[in-house]
Amino acid sequence: MLIPISLVLVAFIALVLLWAVRSGQFEDMEGPAHRILMDDDQPPPSTDKPDETQKD
Amino acid sequence: MEATYNYKVVRQFAIMTVVWGIVGMLVGVIIAAQLIWPDITLQLPWLSFGRLRPLHTNAVIFAFGGCGLFAASLYVVQRTCQTRLISDGLAAFVFWGWQLIILSAAVSFVLGITSGKEYAELEWPIDLMIAVVWIAYAILYFGTIMKRKTSHIYVANWFFGAYIITITLLHVVNNIELPWILGGSTSLFGMFKSYPVYSGVQDAMVQWWYGHNAVGFFLTTAFLGMMYYFIPKQAGRPIFSYRLSIVHFWSLNFIYMWAGPHHLLYSALPDWAQSLGMVFSLMLIAPSWGGMMNGIMTLSGAWHKLRTDPILKFLITSLSFYGMSTFEGPMMSVKTVNALSHFTDWTIGHVHSGAMGWVAMVTIGSMYYLIPRLFGREEMWSTRLINVHFWWSTIGVVLYIASMWIAGVAEGLMWRATNADGTLTYSFAQVVNAIYPFYTIRLVGGVMFFLGMLLMAYNVWKTVAAGKAVNDAAIPQAVHA
Repeated sequence: MLIPISLVLVAFIALVLLWAVRSGQFEDMEGPAHRILMDDDQPPPSTDKPDETQKD
Repeated sequence: MEATYNYKVVRQFAIMTVVWGIVGMLVGVIIAAQLIWPDITLQLPWLSFGRLRPLHTNAVIFAFGGCGLFAASLYVVQRTCQTRLISDGLAAFVFWGWQLIILSAAVSFVLGITSGKEYAELEWPIDLMIAVVWIAYAILYFGTIMKRKTSHIYVANWFFGAYIITITLLHVVNNIELPWILGGSTSLFGMFKSYPVYSGVQDAMVQWWYGHNAVGFFLTTAFLGMMYYFIPKQAGRPIFSYRLSIVHFWSLNFIYMWAGPHHLLYSALPDWAQSLGMVFSLMLIAPSWGGMMNGIMTLSGAWHKLRTDPILKFLITSLSFYGMSTFEGPMMSVKTVNALSHFTDWTIGHVHSGAMGWVAMVTIGSMYYLIPRLFGREEMWSTRLINVHFWWSTIGVVLYIASMWIAGVAEGLMWRATNADGTLTYSFAQVVNAIYPFYTIRLVGGVMFFLGMLLMAYNVWKTVAAGKAVNDAAIPQAVHA
């Protein structure tokens, strides 16, 4: 029973791969890697820094 | 048009990651101590090894690891798709549902309620709860992907997506079971008891198809999603090769499903199935090491950052352990090696090199990245404390796995040793006696790792107390092509 399930799953994975290729997900192999870095997720610096902050 | 991300659910899961990490690892420390001092829990039935062991494994995998993955995936999907989660209500449902599942699991294990399937010990009512919450999570996750503002789906999301789909399938298929109440049980405990629909070797194969793919898709694929986002972010550099990460993803998916039979070598499972499992396990070295190299090489040209940044140390060391355990695993699936290693503590060492070295360290590193951002701080309260945590964890893991290697090989060799007349050279108790010292070293390693988590909790506490919860991180409105 596991063999048919696994085969169906492989077929499903292949279909998703096909969709990904056809819809142009893999057209640009450089940009996406850089784009996540351009997303600035640092909170704005707080004005009142508590003095217990340690740095080394 | 919504202007902010949903950080609340990420924050909740991130904090619970630390809490459940401490609980799960404490239980691990207790059962490691029980193997040295069997009466340490005063012979209370609720705290016996057989009940605490599934509590430990489920707590670290599904409570600690699970919460870490929920936090990471729900953060990454929002940031990389530049959109808010589709539903705050659904997000809250997933969080509270998952916490309820964890609590029910803890109570049921302590009471001795178990289906007896490793890593799937939970009984049918909790299995149903998991299915419901998991499908809600899938809707939340894929719904958010579908309304993304970017056309490209970042590679980390592919890893998280594959994990969510596969875990649904694995959980459902392995837990198809008949509750005893359908057969007319009237006892209280009978209410929770169920029996699998599979029997004999088929049941064993379904169980290890589940068991190994839980390792493959929960403990590997999902945490690789974490790795592909948090390593580039923490290093401030793009992933070494984006192309390789795509190849890594697809090859892992096509190969992993077939490796399960390696848990059943030399069993009643047909020989061809055993060999199939072994061959696919060996093939897995390629994508695993490709992914490891990809992560580590992200630092090429910026190695100096490893000297000063303990978060990066956690992340990069986790990849070294990932590489080590994904080499060790295929080796152990080779039949001749397995003849020595099976049923010994080597397996326990292998699992912990993956679980503590890879899964826990990549999660800890990611949480150190995430928590200040979720609470409006620029960094964790103390970087020095993260560094101490890093060294305690690393030394702890090394003590753990090295002692288990020695114990495991000693067990394997002593069990198979025979005298000239064919009788066994050593009795079982003699072998246990020989590995006692290594159990003690393992306990020391485990305690160090556990204490590191306490340091983390303190550091998180101070960070959260000094910061202010940000629930309004703005979504960039300029749409990237």
